[in-house]
Amino acid sequence: MEELVATRDAFGEILLKLGEENKNLVVLTADLAESTRVKKFAEKFPERFFNMGIAEQNMMGVAAGLARCGKTVIATTFAIFASGRAWEQVRYSISHSYLNVKIVATHGGISVGEDGSSHQGTEDISLMRTIPGMKVIVPADGVETKKAIQAAIKVKGPVYIRLGRAKTPVIFKEDYPFQIGRGYIIRKGKDVSIFTCGIMLSQALKAEEKLKEEGISAEVINISTLKPLDEKIIIESAHSTGAVVTAEEHQIIGGLGSAVAETLGENYPVPLERIGIKDKFGESGKPEELFEKYQLTANDIYKAAKKAIGRKDEKK
Amino acid sequence: MDRINFLKEKANLLRQDVIRMLAVATSGHPGGSLSSADILACLYFNELRHNPEDPEWEDRDRFILSKGHACPLLYSALARSGYFPPEELQTLRKINSRLQGHPDCKKTPGVEICTGSLGQGISVAVGMALAGKIDKKRYRVYVLLGDGEIEEGEVWEAAMSASHYKLDNLCAILDNNSLQIDGPIKEVMNPEPIIEKWRAFGWNTVEVNGHDIPQILHTFKKAKEVKGKPTIIIAHTIKGKGVSFMENVVEFHGKAPTKQEAQIALTQLKEESKKWKN
Repeated sequence: MEELVATRDAFGEILLKLGEENKNLVVLTADLAESTRVKKFAEKFPERFFNMGIAEQNMMGVAAGLARCGKTVIATTFAIFASGRAWEQVRYSISHSYLNVKIVATHGGISVGEDGSSHQGTEDISLMRTIPGMKVIVPADGVETKKAIQAAIKVKGPVYIRLGRAKTPVIFKEDYPFQIGRGYIIRKGKDVSIFTCGIMLSQALKAEEKLKEEGISAEVINISTLKPLDEKIIIESAHSTGAVVTAEEHQIIGGLGSAVAETLGENYPVPLERIGIKDKFGESGKPEELFEKYQLTANDIYKAAKKAIGRKDEKK
Repeated sequence: MDRINFLKEKANLLRQDVIRMLAVATSGHPGGSLSSADILACLYFNELRHNPEDPEWEDRDRFILSKGHACPLLYSALARSGYFPPEELQTLRKINSRLQGHPDCKKTPGVEICTGSLGQGISVAVGMALAGKIDKKRYRVYVLLGDGEIEEGEVWEAAMSASHYKLDNLCAILDNNSLQIDGPIKEVMNPEPIIEKWRAFGWNTVEVNGHDIPQILHTFKKAKEVKGKPTIIIAHTIKGKGVSFMENVVEFHGKAPTKQEAQIALTQLKEESKKWKN
């Protein structure tokens, strides 16, 4: 059976290690120490942990102040509150001053499940991507999460890292060479390119297998850094396959699909199909039920791939 | 010249700079700059331990202008302290200038953080005070708020957190000039009772006449002796202070003086300064 790990659990684990190594690291949360998995850090390093209460705007400002005094700050809350409620503090207090604040936002996407739309961050990538200088990372699994957090701490300036609540398949081995700003080819293929971010990678890999059974060769590429975007790998893959699918657990407006469309539109237009939440709010339900209802499953990616391939002829 | 007259002279100079800068820029915020001039003179020329030669000196006291629109005053205080040449003040709000319409720490030496979006500066000040506690530093953090600004919810989130973490190294000053863009604060969105609110949020509160330099100095001194809680100085001020036709006139919140008005204003300010020179 495949191993399942929630990316937020991987974050909690790596944070303990980073707390040992980096005495300059300060962690903030907004009454979500348990849910965002920073509680163990809080217990081990109480002098470097501050619960800011249910006040995300102030938390982001306090993070900016700490960072301006030389601290590396991790600020955690749910994706919708980090990116929505506190957007302007992230924009101005943190990003305008280009400070070392790493926003680790858990509960990204519709896979939040039963809590429903109020707690499902489905616009966060879009909101964060538009802020000048902000780096945006959406790791695909627990292994990539740990590497992304480590890399984010080392790099200068603000970073937004989106994690999930639910347990999801572990895809990468420990030797996976993560770098901020790089996309990775997970499966080589020649008929269609499937670009994913976050936990949609595991869905895309299932779609790839199904396509293979029909003799269709899909290239699967993990775009875990949405900003800065690895435009080269996107253009090269589109060039070699001539058809593209994007898959994300986010609104189709402003996220990965938009980023890929922007890049291809300017450089190498090919048929493009976007899998994502289609301009709707989410609702309560089990993650897998929501994935079905909002058309985010491997089967939806499979269908989109066939559609994109079918459209290659239109172009001629 | 004794210390008090020295600071009065500085406040007067800051006010003159503000008028000159805004007249050249033809836009900006005179009212709330003039109301805070005595407070900033006391801070920059007496209270703050800072080093214009080394703006990033890690043990420096921090000053955050949370009411960022009063930045002409801040720029003047920085220039007159030696952070950059006073001639540069003439570039306020011009393209490619280091002196933006609201403070930008990436551009201007001595500006601690970007402010101007109201309510955000005090949160940053809380973060700086917290960093001082973590590192057991002796520096103090000062933050100047507008009285209209405290209508922002973030201010109260910050207020709660500062007392929760017992930040006695944090001193806020409220420029209580009673006016905001749309009119008297009591008519637009009444924040009263201001003192009781801050007290209820766990702060040490003090009231002063924000134009009385000996009183301001005394209050800063006393604030340092308070342990276990942050202090807020409610400074009762006059918007547009020092220029007769701007005093308590709401339109001068965000309207620059014309050249002619600037001339009259400068004459009044120069006349005023003769009082302590003689």
